[in-house]
Amino acid sequence: MKSVCLYFQIHQPFRYRKYRFFDIGNDHYYYDDYANETILRKVANNCYLPANKVLLEQLKKHKGRFKIALSISGIALEQFELYAPEVLHSFQELADTGYVEFLSETYSHSLVSLFDGESFERQVKDHDDKIETYFGQRPTVFRNTEMIYSDDIGDKVYKMGFKAMLTEGAKHVLGWKSPNFLYCNAVNPRLKVLMRNYKLSDDISFRFSNKGWNEYPLTAEKFVNWMNALDKNEEMINLFMDYETFGEHQTKDSGIFDFLKNFPEVALNSGEFTFDTPSEIVDKYQPISAVHVPHPISWADEERDLSAWLGNELQEEAFGKLYDLKDRMLRCTDPVMIKDWNYLQISDHMYYMCTKFFSDGEVHMYFNPYSSPYEAFINYMNVLSDFRIRLNALVPESETDREIAALKEVIDEKEDRLTKAEEELRNLKKKLKEAKGATLPKVEKKKTTKKTTAKSKTKSKSN
Amino acid sequence: MKVLMFGWEFPPHISGGLGTASYGLTRGLAHYDDVNVLFVVPKAYGDEDRSAVDNIIGASDVPITRKQVKFEDLQKKVDYFEVDSSLIPYVGPEEFYKLTQQKVSSRSRFIQTDSEGRLPFTGKYGADLLQEIARYALVAEVIAQENEFDLIHAHDWLAYPAGIAAKKASGKPLVVHVHATDFDRSGGSVNPSVYAIEREGMEAADKVITVSNLTRNIVIDKYGIDPAKVVTVYNAVEPVERKPRLGITKGVDEKIVTFLGRITMQKGPEYFIEAAHQVLRRMDNVRFVMAGSGDMMNKMIKRSAQLGITDRFHFTGFLKGDDVFDMFRLSDVYVMPSVSEPFGISPLEAMMSDVPVIISKQSGVAEILTHAIKVDFWDINAMADAIYSILKYPALPKMFKKHGRIEVDHLQWRHSAAHVRQVYLSALGQPISNSNA
Repeated sequence: MKSVCLYFQIHQPFRYRKYRFFDIGNDHYYYDDYANETILRKVANNCYLPANKVLLEQLKKHKGRFKIALSISGIALEQFELYAPEVLHSFQELADTGYVEFLSETYSHSLVSLFDGESFERQVKDHDDKIETYFGQRPTVFRNTEMIYSDDIGDKVYKMGFKAMLTEGAKHVLGWKSPNFLYCNAVNPRLKVLMRNYKLSDDISFRFSNKGWNEYPLTAEKFVNWMNALDKNEEMINLFMDYETFGEHQTKDSGIFDFLKNFPEVALNSGEFTFDTPSEIVDKYQPISAVHVPHPISWADEERDLSAWLGNELQEEAFGKLYDLKDRMLRCTDPVMIKDWNYLQISDHMYYMCTKFFSDGEVHMYFNPYSSPYEAFINYMNVLSDFRIRLNALVPESETDREIAALKEVIDEKEDRLTKAEEELRNLKKKLKEAKGATLPKVEKKKTTKKTTAKSKTKSKSN
Repeated sequence: MKVLMFGWEFPPHISGGLGTASYGLTRGLAHYDDVNVLFVVPKAYGDEDRSAVDNIIGASDVPITRKQVKFEDLQKKVDYFEVDSSLIPYVGPEEFYKLTQQKVSSRSRFIQTDSEGRLPFTGKYGADLLQEIARYALVAEVIAQENEFDLIHAHDWLAYPAGIAAKKASGKPLVVHVHATDFDRSGGSVNPSVYAIEREGMEAADKVITVSNLTRNIVIDKYGIDPAKVVTVYNAVEPVERKPRLGITKGVDEKIVTFLGRITMQKGPEYFIEAAHQVLRRMDNVRFVMAGSGDMMNKMIKRSAQLGITDRFHFTGFLKGDDVFDMFRLSDVYVMPSVSEPFGISPLEAMMSDVPVIISKQSGVAEILTHAIKVDFWDINAMADAIYSILKYPALPKMFKKHGRIEVDHLQWRHSAAHVRQVYLSALGQPISNSNA
């Protein structure tokens, strides 16, 4: 018996309106409400609602023999709240069956994991809080934006309290090894790693309706046969894909919903497969080996790396300028600013600036509201410039910042001295008492003095 | 095959894109051993004897100078004729009047014609331009009879009648090369006689070469030409290493945004001024330069004064040769806001000088460039935004320099020439074969 792990990603970015440089400092509203609403409504009608309906039927029908995992970005949830509350409701119905595991990710579907531990942690917490509010479960398995993973990120994620992470079964990482086993992080083996079977996953998400494909048309029976043909010793099949596969990338007339409907039945009837969620897989299997990923991988494009988001100068500049603000943002408590900050981090903005026109251009163009990466960059930088002006007004720029920090240091130092003096005073008082009573043993007295000196030493160091 | 080519400019007398294009193409064709070019141009500059203008024209009266031009790095020669004439490129009959009018004041010879009482009316000189074209055609006939060739190639409307005449005289196939149409030059108010000449040329041609799909569509839609015989061949740019001239440096630590071209309606100078105005409201360390001359120049000077930006907006007048490259070298952004630009070589030249370019979507060159910002010519907000961003966000010029240079280095005349050669072969009814350059 092999485990089949079905996981779907749900995300929609907030798109910016055309934000010209003359808007900088004048107009602080950045969003293209019309585009955001129409696109979300379109995807809701084509994909989320009909696909949820199919899944709900199947989950109910198979009573726990069919299970799935989902991750919904915080940004997508916000858009459901705004534009399509019924979608949110239908996801809640799925959650209520008890056969759906929600995975953790960054609130903004951002690239923050590559950049800063503190902000990363904060975003993950924000996301999990939101998931808990809506779906009544706290995620235990992590899935990073676009399956981005590296040894370091895995380690960080374990320290944040997750037991496993999903990523791409990239050929250049696995080599001859199969993605159909459980792996563990190379730095911190307690974190388990599930590798995506990209061949079988992409058969559904990319090739399903491709009439030029020699396997066209793909049926559930054919697909289950392929799964049966895998090596008997292999333990799992990780099918991870974009939820928009159903109804959006593969349209309804391609028969994708029939496939989704038949697949659980056919797989279960063959008697060779069980459906398990990522956390069940982690409990069920032992990792076969560690997977070494020194450089971050993702599930995007032919290269399976970060080049779609951070592959050129434009993206690096935008990314750098964005996270220059992160220290000040951690101190900012203004709710509107935090919202805009979350939206600024959405990885899609970087994706629009990608210049890899030629090889993967088709996929990139599909998702892209801009006609060129330059346009995307200009618009983003204009928005960022305005955001920065607002932040400066709220959290003063570095000059004043440094002054405050310096003053704070002086205060800290004085406080330190004060506590030392108090301690000394207390000791002296004690001594006085001892001298008067002369009853306490000498050893204990020594101990206390040692402690105080050690304490003051660490304090002076931290200064 | 031997090609009889009718152009209107040849170095060093180049006043714009067309001279550059026909020269580049001829040079590109020289890479092919099986193509020989015989180049004919009306001599429009540096001519002492302009008496022919008022003479009665007969084919035998036309003085023809024959020269041989040798390309430095190629072991090939191009035969080259100059026909003495006052044809001036890029002008419609009305503008031709203005140009000659300016020359009249410095030449006593023209005052005599004044005594005939015909000078003050535009009609006279307007008609003259059309006469000139007719005369060029007569000359073409003579040349066609006296020389051996397999094919005729005529560049733009002034040369079409020459091409047709040569075709009639020799029976050889004609290829016309559309670098621009009167729809581009006039902004829609087409001169009927020019249109007639253009259309006649295209109809008589066995193959029509257009410099972009934009122009191809005009040729098909507005001139009613059979799409099957219209082929797009994009222009290219000649890679030239230009060493910076001594003494030319930026005098101020400010950014410079440049418009370079004829200041005519076709080139959209007014949009550049409006965009400059927008940018200047938000930025101070930037200057705008409008290089070139043309019939809208005074209007533009007036407009910049109206907007109160003259302290930051400069006019250089007409720039020639090396001055153009010096101007590029000083520029931080090059803008080509053309309302209708069949191709537009100047952005490519700017890119060769590592200058980021903003081009209008209504230009042919926008069809082949990826590393340029493309805006609608009327969208001054987008244009201003693009200018501002290139000046403000350093990653943009960095990207443009890096990728733009590579892109433009791939646009070579020999590739365009290879394409033209294939058009020749199909015009001759020969199978298309690849020949080594």
